Amino acid sequence: MSKRQRKAPLFQRELVNEALKHAFVKLNPRIMVRNPVMFTVEIGTAIMLFVTLYSIISGDGSQGSPGYNLAIFLILFLTLLFANFAEAIAEARGKAQADSLRKTREDTPAKILLRSGDSYTESFTIVSSSKLKKGDVFLCETGDTIPTDGEIIEGIATIDESAITGESAPVIREAGGDKSSVTGGTKVLSDKIKVEVTTSPGESFLDKMIALVEGASRQKTPNEIALTILLAGFTLIFTIVCITLYFFAEYAHTQITIAAYISLFVCLIPTTIGGLLSAIGIAGMDRALRANVITKSGKAVETAGDIDTLLLDKTGTITIGNRKATNFYPAPGIQLSDFTRACVLSSLADETPEGKSIIELAGKDAKNVSIDGATFVKFTAETRSSGVNMPDGRRFRKGASDAIRKMAETAGNTFPLETAGRIEVISTDGGTPLVVAENDRILGVIELQDIIKPGISERFDRLRKMGVKTVMVTGDNPLTAKYIAEKAGVDDFIAEAKPEDKMAYIRNEQQSGKLVAMMGDGTNDAPALAQADVGVAMNSGTAAAKEAGNMVDLDNDPTKLIEIVEIGKQLLMTRGTLTTFSIANDVAKYFAIVPALFITSIPALQALNIMQLSSPESAILSAVIFNAIIIPMLIPLALKGVAYKPIGASALLQRNLFIYGLGGVIIPFIGIKLIDLLVSLFL
Amino acid sequence: MNTEIIGVVFMFGLTLLLAIPFGRYIAKVYKGEKTLLDFFTPLENAFFRISGINAQREMNWKESMVALLTINLVWFLFAMFVLMVQGWLPMNPDGNPSMTADLAFNTAISFMVNCNLQHYSGETGVTYLSQLICLMFLQFVSAATGLAAAAILFNALKERTTDKLGNFYNYFMKSLTRILLPLSIVVAIIFLFNGMPMTFEGKDTITSMQGDTVQVSTGPVAAFVPIKHLGTNGGGFFGTNSAHPFENPNYFTGIVEMVAQFIVPLAMVFALGFYLNKRKFSWMIFGVMTIGFLCLAIPNMIMEQHGNPAIAHMGVDMSSGAMEGKEVRFGTPASAYWSILTTVISTGSVNSFHDSFMPLSGMNQMLAMMVNGFYGGCGVGLLNFFIFIIIAVFISGLMVGRTPEFLGKKVEAREVKIAVIVTLMSAILIKGGMAIAAYWITADPSLPWLNNPGFHGFSEMLYEFTSANANNGSGFEGLGDNNPFWNISTGIVLILGRFIPIIGPIAIAGILAGKKYIPESAGTLKTDTLTFGVMIFAVIFIVTALSYFPALALGPIAEFFSMH
Repeated sequence: MSKRQRKAPLFQRELVNEALKHAFVKLNPRIMVRNPVMFTVEIGTAIMLFVTLYSIISGDGSQGSPGYNLAIFLILFLTLLFANFAEAIAEARGKAQADSLRKTREDTPAKILLRSGDSYTESFTIVSSSKLKKGDVFLCETGDTIPTDGEIIEGIATIDESAITGESAPVIREAGGDKSSVTGGTKVLSDKIKVEVTTSPGESFLDKMIALVEGASRQKTPNEIALTILLAGFTLIFTIVCITLYFFAEYAHTQITIAAYISLFVCLIPTTIGGLLSAIGIAGMDRALRANVITKSGKAVETAGDIDTLLLDKTGTITIGNRKATNFYPAPGIQLSDFTRACVLSSLADETPEGKSIIELAGKDAKNVSIDGATFVKFTAETRSSGVNMPDGRRFRKGASDAIRKMAETAGNTFPLETAGRIEVISTDGGTPLVVAENDRILGVIELQDIIKPGISERFDRLRKMGVKTVMVTGDNPLTAKYIAEKAGVDDFIAEAKPEDKMAYIRNEQQSGKLVAMMGDGTNDAPALAQADVGVAMNSGTAAAKEAGNMVDLDNDPTKLIEIVEIGKQLLMTRGTLTTFSIANDVAKYFAIVPALFITSIPALQALNIMQLSSPESAILSAVIFNAIIIPMLIPLALKGVAYKPIGASALLQRNLFIYGLGGVIIPFIGIKLIDLLVSLFL
Repeated sequence: MNTEIIGVVFMFGLTLLLAIPFGRYIAKVYKGEKTLLDFFTPLENAFFRISGINAQREMNWKESMVALLTINLVWFLFAMFVLMVQGWLPMNPDGNPSMTADLAFNTAISFMVNCNLQHYSGETGVTYLSQLICLMFLQFVSAATGLAAAAILFNALKERTTDKLGNFYNYFMKSLTRILLPLSIVVAIIFLFNGMPMTFEGKDTITSMQGDTVQVSTGPVAAFVPIKHLGTNGGGFFGTNSAHPFENPNYFTGIVEMVAQFIVPLAMVFALGFYLNKRKFSWMIFGVMTIGFLCLAIPNMIMEQHGNPAIAHMGVDMSSGAMEGKEVRFGTPASAYWSILTTVISTGSVNSFHDSFMPLSGMNQMLAMMVNGFYGGCGVGLLNFFIFIIIAVFISGLMVGRTPEFLGKKVEAREVKIAVIVTLMSAILIKGGMAIAAYWITADPSLPWLNNPGFHGFSEMLYEFTSANANNGSGFEGLGDNNPFWNISTGIVLILGRFIPIIGPIAIAGILAGKKYIPESAGTLKTDTLTFGVMIFAVIFIVTALSYFPALALGPIAEFFSMH
């Protein structure tokens, strides 16, 4: 698939500029208070500002030199800006992504049709697309750009959706059925359609997504809330540490400057994760958008990571589109070449993918076959066969085995035992047998097989390792379904599936405590999409389906669900690992700051200065500087997300605990020491 | 290996050996399965009938907690009343006086909450009647309260969705009749044969070799001491606790007392596994607790055996270790082992003077109580540990990219909030109390609290609040603590330090029990693995270290570095 690459560099200049501006705007305490960790830093920064001003104006040195106070103030201020910048850059990237989609649909002229009774006139007036309201009907002809999202109510057209999906091959959309939806910004390549507007301006999925990214309607997800509580808890613990330390220090006859207090406090509270938390959440939605999935809420992305069961349609997801002919089996006494000829003759007029695949399989044998003057017999549900009547009187038929058999037996011909046996084998192998007859005499059988997508069973394997159960949904009979299910490596299947079967299966899984995701496009999928914990509607699907699901996939790619699950997991993992990292950092910070606080009154505690930092001032400065710069250093990780590896939960925990836990303990020791070496040059 | 170390290893091994089958038995008791002691049933039923309790009615977690708090309140009022009038009541051959209100408040609370912080001395502060119907009674029921709470936790962690978590009174009664009482009788008999006094006569008079007469306190000691250990209470009959020859006559009784205080907390860990049929999970918990315990105990044994450098400097031989404050019949390793055992599992009984331990040994004793979940007290140890599990589950769940789950139940904001509050509370109680004490003593150094100013005095005060919060009851007894400030402040810390860490975990368990059960899948993080054990340990280490490092730096750590 030639998908347009949506990988942009992490820091584009114009985005960075915008984010920098927003970093200052977000200093507004009313915005800050949403993030309790950073809000406390802001309070500390404000206090430091007063202390700095006081020490400059009064010249009182008891709170440390003015320069030192100023330095601490500036670093704290930077810490705030860094945290805000992280959020702002994530927002800017998400918005830029959404904007690039939105641009495709900016003001295009719409040919609006007037209603006359129940139908619409053929005459139209041209209005701007932004004037279209829900319920309006517009006309699109060859070469027109579709002005807004809608549903075809009349006509059929080929449409170029590359502006949205990046997929260059045109698609067919038609009124009625499940392929009736069109998206604003796409282009009609041929024919004429009448489209009813399904969304009011500003309320399309894309608009909703942009609002989510911009933060106006962004709600914290359940896990984010729980994590915020935990972080607030840590912040409170360190508040207690710092307040009580004042009295302990009094007891030890130690004077601790306000700057040192605030530095200790800011270093201890989990500013790293606190500063990056919202950026991580936005980046999750942004990653989904980059995968061409529009999410209706951040929660949906998060839930995707928890999915236990995945319902996948067989056709298009597990198998390539349609069945293909794979073998010709002539009946006893029939030459293979004759049989092949007969197969080709019976299929030349057959426009179905199966028919085409028979010609394909016949290869060069099909070249010199001509059916000039023949009459075609179309497939009907009654005869369950199709074929041609040649001018010379020969009648070729191909169809379901029992239909052809009946035809042959009525004419007094026997059904060859060998062919009957072959039919049995083909069926148990999951294939579909097509029997071919000439003048009611059985010539042989064609084997049709589903072609399983290459690499799909590895993907299912990956899912299984993530703990996700895959379920194949198909209209096939149970025998065929079972065969394909085994071959593709799915865990379960629903055969002869009707929409209510899907619904029942989802309910059943949910009852036993599982979270279910599914993808669908048709209106009859809508209830199941709504019932599923994660329902992904294809963009080509009906408006009802898109309304019911909580995500829309612009690519109409059924395997997208797998990507979505990984994005969800990445989102949670990034939060978890950065929290661990942030808290683990505190060990080193203690060893930097505590000896510095008590160096004069309790010289013995110098033994705790295991980093051999050069002076108390440089120790404190180094710790605060480290605390500040670690935030921008981790922004790329927050935006890209921690890589998910399906190696089982315990192994994953081990790995992340090692990298972010142990790493989180060790790295700051090195970092603070290096910064101290640098800082001590200036002190 | 010297025999002293062998003794310690033997004691640990023996306890473990006994705890596993005992844990299986406890699981049976709480499941309501048949046991050998079912002949108590009529007695239990009689009690229930008299009290008008329907022990079959299942309660939700809130009802259980209301029941728990109500009976505790009744005991508290009863005990405080008896202590305040004990001087006029019978069974007072030594003529001991009634307690002052603040001391009675502290003592009644202290025993009700299974702490047994004693700001009095048993010989002169209480009468035999108070020892038995107040203190010993509370030692039984407070331990049973903790066990019953743990039983509710067990029930809540079963693989199903419910709000019915058994009957609190039933668990409470069975903890007494099936677990604590029978064991106490067995241990008491062993003590009697080792010469522990059991008498209601007053002081005995002996004539020493120089011809002086000495008054020696006795009493119903052998009845009192078993539950003091089995219930992880720790309040001594005599002021010097198990260092007193009548309360711990020889090395053998030392072994019995150490096994006795350790067995119920340890057995509860295994009982959890037997009860839930998740024995591997129990072993994981046991592993984490044991590593934590050894990390504290082994350094202590080494440090105490090495002796005190300051005294060695004076030319005193330190070959038998730092013997200041220790009994010759126990020696340094057994005393160091006991000192950590009694602090990890909230017993608080002592066979040596914790105040005299090396600075970092003292720090380890405090750390043991700050964690309070390496085995922990009767029943409540597991509840404390449960909080760490919840935090570990939450963080590690996120780290593997899945909404955190524990035993098939999702851990969400409410549970995290409660876990955070419980963790915060101990930090507030210990350090908040300590800050107030530090403020007062700084403002008025003439207060008769500290015999040792400086770092060690700081440690003494820190230890007192830590001990109170952990419901431990031991002390750095250099602290002058029988005065209104210490009686009232530690009394408040005791109550909050007891009931919040009971109610919090039970609330979490109750909420989890009501959630939908999610069967395990390959993506579920298993909680019975080594990796998860490491995670819990890391959480315990980080939370404790980050919370207490500055305080410890100003006390024991500063003292240690000043000494060297």
